[in-house]
Order: sequence, then structure tokens, then C-alpha cells
Amino acid sequence: MSTMTEKIFQSKLRREVSPGEFVIAPVDIVYFQDGTGPLGIRRFNEFAQGIFDTSKVHFFLDHASPTPRRELANDHRFIREFCWAKNTNLHETGEGISHQIMIEKYAKPGDIIVGADSHTCTSGALGAFATGVGSTDAAVAMATGTLWFRVPESYRIEVSGKLGSGVFSKDLILYIIGKLKADGATYKAVEFVGDTISNLSMESRFTISNMAIEMGAKVGLIPTDKETFRYLQEMRGSSSFMEITPDKDADYEKEFYFEAEDIPPGVAAPHNVDNWKPIEEVEGIRVDQVLIGTCTNGRLEDLRIAAKILKGRKRHPKVKLIVSPASQSVYLKAIEEGLIEIFIKAGALIFPPGCVACVGIHGGIPADGEVVISTQNRNFRGRMGNPEAQIYLVSPAVAAASAIKGEITDPREFL
Amino acid sequence: MSMKILRGRAWKFGDNISTDHIIPGRYYHLRSNLPELAKHVMEDADPEFSKKVKPGDFIVAGNNFGMGSSREHAAIVIKLAGVGAVLAKSFARIFFRNAINNGLPVLIADTDKIDDGDELEIDLEKGIVRNLTKGIEIEVQPLPEVMREILREGGLVEYIKKHGKLPVT
Repeated sequence: MSTMTEKIFQSKLRREVSPGEFVIAPVDIVYFQDGTGPLGIRRFNEFAQGIFDTSKVHFFLDHASPTPRRELANDHRFIREFCWAKNTNLHETGEGISHQIMIEKYAKPGDIIVGADSHTCTSGALGAFATGVGSTDAAVAMATGTLWFRVPESYRIEVSGKLGSGVFSKDLILYIIGKLKADGATYKAVEFVGDTISNLSMESRFTISNMAIEMGAKVGLIPTDKETFRYLQEMRGSSSFMEITPDKDADYEKEFYFEAEDIPPGVAAPHNVDNWKPIEEVEGIRVDQVLIGTCTNGRLEDLRIAAKILKGRKRHPKVKLIVSPASQSVYLKAIEEGLIEIFIKAGALIFPPGCVACVGIHGGIPADGEVVISTQNRNFRGRMGNPEAQIYLVSPAVAAASAIKGEITDPREFL
Repeated sequence: MSMKILRGRAWKFGDNISTDHIIPGRYYHLRSNLPELAKHVMEDADPEFSKKVKPGDFIVAGNNFGMGSSREHAAIVIKLAGVGAVLAKSFARIFFRNAINNGLPVLIADTDKIDDGDELEIDLEKGIVRNLTKGIEIEVQPLPEVMREILREGGLVEYIKKHGKLPVT
């Protein structure tokens, strides 16, 4: 009968809802980052009396952190003073990327979460209706605890079979976006199902939900299962959360099927995320800079894969290698496991947790004509601060292997 | 804001114009200085755009205009540059909401019927685009009533200030 999206709205509104319907729904969490927060605060100050629930509002200083220039330092100060005055949650420079902290500490199955950042959809892997909005929508949600939504139609994407050696969830989602294209799911709720998905760890699933926006989707949901509750038990010390799964006879506007065996390691070539190519088509392309991290692939599992390949090896002498754990908790575990030592010995530069070079303001802006391969989620022209650079999106394994050889490399030769 | 009749020149762009094209991340530090930020509008799609565009002109694009980041500044700088409306075959979701929330008209229409430099007249209330250069009328997909109400008041904050609530009953 109902899709995951319909179930979440029905449980919040305590009535039936249908796709296409306009509703006002309560939100469980509202968040901003340092690029969208100042505008959100100004909008809020234009009309609002106060924050609906200060425990449910979060500000993250993750994009321009640490601040590379005066204007941005002033923006950070503006956000800090607002949070201090309103007594709401402030996540300081270096604490981590908003979406990573959301999945570690706050997002719950069945939640409606709005974040003033497009990759808010990351929490969809936990069965939360988590969607990116602009600063004004987030400001209204911060003031009223509600927002208007059009209940979206759903697409079902089933993946079955076993992923091959050297093929990771990043390869899977890049392949799917390559097939559906950058506007293939615009305005739609996407549900990722099938045994390939249910056999993935939560950390791998977050990479998939994180990139749902890259095909235009409003959310990228994954049904809750044993692994969801194992993860929540590990991170939150509790697994008593609601289950969110689609009904067997739920209505989908479209359904797509993929076989895991068909998916090789791949890349998104410049300058669009849907410009998918199998690794053999791009092998040998010179690489000048490698970034391992971001909200897409900066988790412990990602760092473990990269470290496995880089252990006892060195980056190519002409390659800049940057590693940034997605949060302080990931960073600490990576230190405990000896991963950070492996990266440093391989010649990597370790950045504190944050968005680093992915947003194009600091932390490794490439030079004209340089080729960057990155585990991030976007490769639009100019994305990393230089429209004359070329960006390839890859898995952590491809990134690590390519850093060693100085050219785009199939990771299977190191695994 | 009344839904008036707009008239201006079409500036044509292709598919998949991202918010990074509209306002690149390298100008992040200008986000609290919107008039300065607006000088870089559409810079990575057409570096000369901000010098060429005149108040009342239109941005006309293909599919998926405004894809990518949620930065509302993308819609704001287009409005500050004086652009009267954005027409595209389709829009990315977050940009579409941001535009309406800031009182920037966004119209879904068959933009193959518009070439760069064409003179357009747009009746927002009736949802009609007239291509004066080609002498044709182009149909516009009507906005949901919620969005029309927000647009009519000039944006979401203006709507809430006036009505004291969100525009859905």
C-alpha cells in the first residue's frame, strides 16, 4: 500500500496521505551550515519570535573551516553569537561535516529532517525523510517547527547480486546516476532496495543516500533492517527506533533494476556527475591531486579501504594527496586503528574534519589544467574553486590506487 | 507584489546549469554581501553575463536549471541582477523552491521555442509567454497554488509576515 515516504508522512500527520498532496508537516530536526546559516538567521530575524525547540536546531561550522578569510570569520562569528544567544546547538570548526554528525548522533528512522544543505539526504539511509532546503525554508522550520511539503511520488531502485572485487557503494551509485542522469529523479523520493543494498554496511549505504540529490531526488531512502539497528545500537547505545520499510504492494511511479555483477569500478568524468565511465576508459589519465574524505566517503570504512591500499606505499611524487575524516569521531578511530599513520607515511596531508576542498574555498584548490580525483559527490566546473580544473569522482579505492601511480588506476591491482 | 506583465530580452543557456555555475563557491566569502555577490551571477556559464544583462531580461535554459547545492544565494543573485524571470524546460527542486521563496518567477515552458536575443512578454497571472520576435505564444505549466500565493506576496517571509502562517490549509 504505502511507500516509505508515505509511511513517514502518515505517521507524522496521523492520517492517509497521497503523492502530489500538499501538506504542512512537523519537522524533527532543522539544520544549517556556515554557508547557508547567516542568510537563514537574517530571514529568521525578519519575522520570527523564537526557535520552536532549541534542542532540535543545529548549526555546523563545516564548509569554511577553519576560516580562510576575514569575511568568512565574520560569518562564523555571526552564527556563534546567534547560537549562544538562542541557546541552540553549535557544532564548532573541526567537529565534522553536518551530515556525518547527523547520522552519528541525531537522525532517526521515521524522522522528517530539513537541512539547509543539499546533501541532507544522507540520513535517508537510516529511514529518515531528510531533505535539503534553502535558507528561507529552513528559517521558517526553525521558527515554526513545521514546513510545507508536496508529498513526492516514489521511484524504486532494486539492486541484486554481489558486488565484484574492487567495487564499492560509490561505484554503484555513480553507475546508477550515469543511467538515470542528473535529472532522472527530480522531485521524486527514491527507495534503494534489494539484496545488494541490504548486504551493505550502514557506512556504505550513506554514500548511496548522500548522492540521491545528484539525480535530482528529494530523498534517498533505504529500508531499516538488522544492520540499521546494529548501527544505531553501536552509535547511540539503543536500538529502540521505529521500523520504516515499504509495503510489498506500495505504488511506485517507476521501478528500476540493476545487477551488481554488471557494475565495474567507475568514475564520473568532468564536468557532470552523470558522466559515468568504466575505469578502463579513463585508466592512465594523469592525476595531480587526490582527495579522500567528504560527506560522501570520509567514514571509517572508506579510510580503511584507502589505508589498505596505501599501507607501505608512497604517493606518486607529483601527486598532492589530501585525507580528511568526516568527523572527529571518525578521526579518533582512524588514529586508534593506525590509519592516520599509514596516510602520513604514504605522504598524505591530513586535514581536520570538514568539507575541505570539495566546496572550492580552501583546503586544496587545484591549479589551472590540473586533474583532481576525489571521493566527493560533485564535479561541476569550478566546484573546487577553479573552473580550469578537471574533477573525477571515484571510490576511496580508486583514489588511493591512483595516488600511488599518479594516474587513474584500477584498484583491483592493489586488492 | 502584483503579478505583472514582464518584458525583456532572452539570454539562452543549456541543460544542467548548476548553482555552481550561477554563483561559484570561490565567492563564498561574499554571501553576506549580496550586491557584491550579484556581480558574479552566472559567471561560470557566461563570464560576461552580469555586464550584459539588463533589468527585466530573462534567463532561458534547458532541463534541470539550478541543480546541485541548496545555496539560496543562487536565486537571490539572479533577482538582484534584475532578471525578471527564469524560464526552463525543468528546474531542480531546491532551486525552484528558493526562487519562489524569494519572489523570483520561475516558469516551466518549452524553451526550444526561444532563441538567444528574442524579445519576450510574460503575463504571470495568466501564465502566458509571448515570443515577440517569433510572433508566437508559448504555454507555461501552471504553478501549484501554494507557490502562486507565495510568489504573489513576493516571497515566503513576506507571506508569513502578512498571513501569520504557512500557505497550506
